[in-house]
Amino acid sequence: MLETVIHTENLTKQFGDFTAVDAITFDVYKGEIFGFLGANGAGKTTAMRILCGLLSPTSGEAKVAGFDVYKESEDIKKHIGYMSQKFSLYNNLTVKENIQFFGGIYGIERKRLKEKTNELIERLGLVHEADKLVGSLPLGWKQKISFSTAILHEPRIVFLDEPTGGVDPITRRQFWDMIYEASNRGITVFVTTHYMDEAEYCDRVSIMVDGAIAALNNPSDMKKDFGVKDMNDVFLELARGAKRGE
Amino acid sequence: MAEVKVRNISKTYEKGTVQALKNIEFEVASGELFGLIGPDGAGKTTLFRLLTTLLVPDEGSATVAGFDIVTDLWDIRKIVGYMPGRFSLYQDLSVEENLNFFATVFNTTVAENYHLIKDIYVQLEPFKHRLAGKLSGGMKQKLALCCALVHEPKVLFLDEPTTGVDPVSRKEFWDMLDLLKKKGITIVVSTPYMDEASRCDRIALIQKGEILEIDTLPAILEKHERPLFAIRAKDRYRLIQEVRAYEETVSCYAFGEENHVVLKNDLEGETEFKAYLKDKGFEGLSFSRIAPNIEDVFIKLMLEQETHA
Repeated sequence: MLETVIHTENLTKQFGDFTAVDAITFDVYKGEIFGFLGANGAGKTTAMRILCGLLSPTSGEAKVAGFDVYKESEDIKKHIGYMSQKFSLYNNLTVKENIQFFGGIYGIERKRLKEKTNELIERLGLVHEADKLVGSLPLGWKQKISFSTAILHEPRIVFLDEPTGGVDPITRRQFWDMIYEASNRGITVFVTTHYMDEAEYCDRVSIMVDGAIAALNNPSDMKKDFGVKDMNDVFLELARGAKRGE
Repeated sequence: MAEVKVRNISKTYEKGTVQALKNIEFEVASGELFGLIGPDGAGKTTLFRLLTTLLVPDEGSATVAGFDIVTDLWDIRKIVGYMPGRFSLYQDLSVEENLNFFATVFNTTVAENYHLIKDIYVQLEPFKHRLAGKLSGGMKQKLALCCALVHEPKVLFLDEPTTGVDPVSRKEFWDMLDLLKKKGITIVVSTPYMDEASRCDRIALIQKGEILEIDTLPAILEKHERPLFAIRAKDRYRLIQEVRAYEETVSCYAFGEENHVVLKNDLEGETEFKAYLKDKGFEGLSFSRIAPNIEDVFIKLMLEQETHA
């Protein structure tokens, strides 16, 4: 039986008379890789902020890891991981310091954190870099550390906001290897991306247009429904119809 | 005629400890749309800053429209348009004020060169009184392009104009570049999106400060033609694991809905490879031979660069 880890029903967010998120309804299941796509300004970021417990919705329902977005946002924050390309790690802390800082914030007990830090550094092959400043490392490494840090406290769900922007094609794929591995361990992955080939790597994909979910399915059925060859064409078909000015 | 000529340029930072560019050499013909394609940290921005006279090279030389980037900097600054990777307009000026400001700095008026920006500006006009800082990403990008064009530059340098932009807006942006190209402007544009290579006349693939390859897209694909396999099956995670564990496998990476596999002896081991996968009992296994695309080539060149280093 599929276990639901994110549930939304008619979830809506208004800013004044502007409806940023317009009655979206969907479920995400345990261990799933869920692609959350949409044009710039379609409402993705607002929806994601609600699901991370950072913003209260105007109406509708949403539960994340079993917690209510209105009343239990602090519990949500403890049970999720979050990584974005814009903000991930502190450049002027070392690799080890970063891992311990974020692990500490997520409330991992000190002794356990020490073990986990060493274990992670070893697994990432960064033993020689452990005491180097993160700022001196290549972007691809930073992103791997950042992702590993986001799931160090073994959250039920990890939110990834454009995690692979600008990275080289090999690192981008190594990053997806890490996503697969996490999902295989039962962590649900909720990911946004502008690379349409990455949409194909997801178990299911939703595409937002003008605040609403215009399509939600697995990539192969979605392509079949639209009669097109790849996800880029699906995206172009849907987002071209967007009315909302940027 | 070459509008941009780069001769053996090298540039380091941090007292020579960080090599940003290494022996870069290329030319861009007048009226050409030239793409610099590579990931973050490849050296694209350094190259733009050199060509727009904001940095001086350690070694080598370059000219833009016949002017030397070190000795003729004031001449170059008058005739190039530059759109930096980070949004650099005045956030607390309106759309219209920004545009007028840039026109005035270059001793011209918006009216004088309106023909150049018209197609783009009409989309901005409804918001002309809005502060630039309050525009959405796509609109900022259009305004920045207008401001870089308003003095009718001979050469346009665009540093990652489509990064972080959704596929629809990206396509629209490249359509705008096609129109500018028709007006005879030479354009040098950088991007981390490999699929945008097909929109350029010629491309340079750049990584770790070096140009890996430079030519038209079809010529690059042909030169690095190496048969590979595209395979797919239901359980993708396990499939990739099993393919990588196979002793003849050189590389296996996800590409859209398929996985591209390079074997040591190219196609010779096909039968054995198929048998190996069949034995593993994958559901919905499919198997085909394909020619590499630009990302396959980039990956191959990256791996070669690493072995030479």
